[in-house]
Amino acid sequence: MSGPAEPKKYKNPVLNWIEFRLPIISYFEREYGDYPMPKNCNYFWSFGALATIILVVMIVSGIFLAMNYTPHTDMAFASVERIMRDVNYGWLLRYIHSNGAAFFFIVIYIHILRGMYYGSYKYPRELNWILGVFIYLLMMATSFLGYTLPWGQMSYWGATVITNLFSAIPIIGEGLKTWLLGDYTVGNATLNRFFALHYVLPFVIFGVVALHVAAVHVHGSNNPAGIDIKSKGDTVTFFPYMLFKDALAVCAFGVLISAVIFFGPNLMAEVDNYIPADPLVTPAHIVPNWYLAPFYAILRAVPDKLGGVLLMFGAIAILFFLPWLDRSKVRSCNYRPMYKWFMMLFFVNFFILGYVGLKPAEGLYLLIARLGLIYYFGFFLIITPFINWIEKPKTLPASISDIYLGMNK
Amino acid sequence: MAEVKNNKRRSFLQLSTISLGAIGTAGFIWPFLKSMNPAEDTLALGSTEVNIADIEEGQGITVKWRGKPVFIRKRTQKEISEAKAVKLEDLKDPAIDDDRVKKDEWLVLVGICTHLGCVPLGQKITDMKGEYNGWYCPCHGSHYDSSGRIRKGPAPTNLAVPPYSFINDTTIKIG
Repeated sequence: MSGPAEPKKYKNPVLNWIEFRLPIISYFEREYGDYPMPKNCNYFWSFGALATIILVVMIVSGIFLAMNYTPHTDMAFASVERIMRDVNYGWLLRYIHSNGAAFFFIVIYIHILRGMYYGSYKYPRELNWILGVFIYLLMMATSFLGYTLPWGQMSYWGATVITNLFSAIPIIGEGLKTWLLGDYTVGNATLNRFFALHYVLPFVIFGVVALHVAAVHVHGSNNPAGIDIKSKGDTVTFFPYMLFKDALAVCAFGVLISAVIFFGPNLMAEVDNYIPADPLVTPAHIVPNWYLAPFYAILRAVPDKLGGVLLMFGAIAILFFLPWLDRSKVRSCNYRPMYKWFMMLFFVNFFILGYVGLKPAEGLYLLIARLGLIYYFGFFLIITPFINWIEKPKTLPASISDIYLGMNK
Repeated sequence: MAEVKNNKRRSFLQLSTISLGAIGTAGFIWPFLKSMNPAEDTLALGSTEVNIADIEEGQGITVKWRGKPVFIRKRTQKEISEAKAVKLEDLKDPAIDDDRVKKDEWLVLVGICTHLGCVPLGQKITDMKGEYNGWYCPCHGSHYDSSGRIRKGPAPTNLAVPPYSFINDTTIKIG
């Protein structure tokens, strides 16, 4: 009854047994062992790994927080305070989770800007970019839902303002808003469903991340020169080189986030959220979390309700089209003398938009927000598609190895 | 890869890296596991004071302590003498009645069957009290006597006696 002899690929018979039935061992060998990485990748290429690790930490700390959290308007605030005061290490779990969210966005922003600067979104990695923007969208939704849960003043009024965005839609707007809230205002029904969604979305994100990683492994990682791998000499294997490089990046990141968690856990928090939600009193000025502030600035820069909402969502939606807006064949901005500076200005502009998004929408701040808004869309709709009419890219090196040839002379 | 010449140094580096990683991971996991233990406010509910002035002889009451039922019974003379007359060799979990009470007429027990955690019957006049005139667990048929000791059935040990003290003649503090 014995079938064909099972191949003996590995020394360990257990691995052979598994490999024959489910070739997962060779899969990991191929994708995380021998996987070729361009040898000129810098530390910006570690931020994908960093983001994945933060996602896992967020899911784990979130599950443990959920064990002690009560999604009810009468008890939510008190249950969070109980986590802070009575639950063993509850303060640590909560500070890991709240600061982890902020650092998740810091890492993701660097990851996105890296992709933009080095042209990682271009052929043949367009779908990879789209999946990434989709992850970013899901992250924004998840963080917004999570911010509602402590049921402080910022939670309540943040949820009120954001859900009211939907009422700007003509005809169906009000009905849609009521449907989202399950009530006429943000109430217990809202809190319950926000909690349910906040719990489940990270697992959806995890799934899209798996697709995102699988997609990048098809054509391999981009690199600072933005040119394709020509030979084996252009690459190093993932293990041990990239694994240990990523591990070092994780250690450095761990030091940084620990410093904030232990010495400044409320640096990125709003004090008003330590006041229990009060549906009758709005705080003097409500601000979103800083990582959503650039889009909030765009929303407020437009003097029309529907227009503001459309431009805000448009600012995110336009990211999906970036691979087709950019007509240049050269990927890396290192070889695009003009676009490079417009790209830098885009980063700075995004940062400024975030800053004014946290300030009152009046006077100079409003003017800056409007200028920032114009540059944001101008960058995508005018500069990116048409700059290659006048820009003359630098000569690309023949291969990645060629970059290093002249160095020792 | 180039051949590794100094194997001892290599093993030392590998071992110390893995150890440090393991210690770090364990240190990271510890607060998460600890957070699942009872919180401070739960522990603060550790004791309960009960007024026993209104309990008649032969009557028992059930109070809640740390979320568990506690039986407080004022025993009759018949129950006391029954409990004291039992020979130790007849008991599955030998214990003399004097060690299980502070005052002969007051019996205080954690009302949870030591088999699988059901609450035994016997607190109400109309309840089945089992073959030994104490408590009877309806789940799997354990019989307890008038000192709360297991006499028959699957339960391995006697009903537990919680820590308690008489604050005065009419008040018991449990816990």
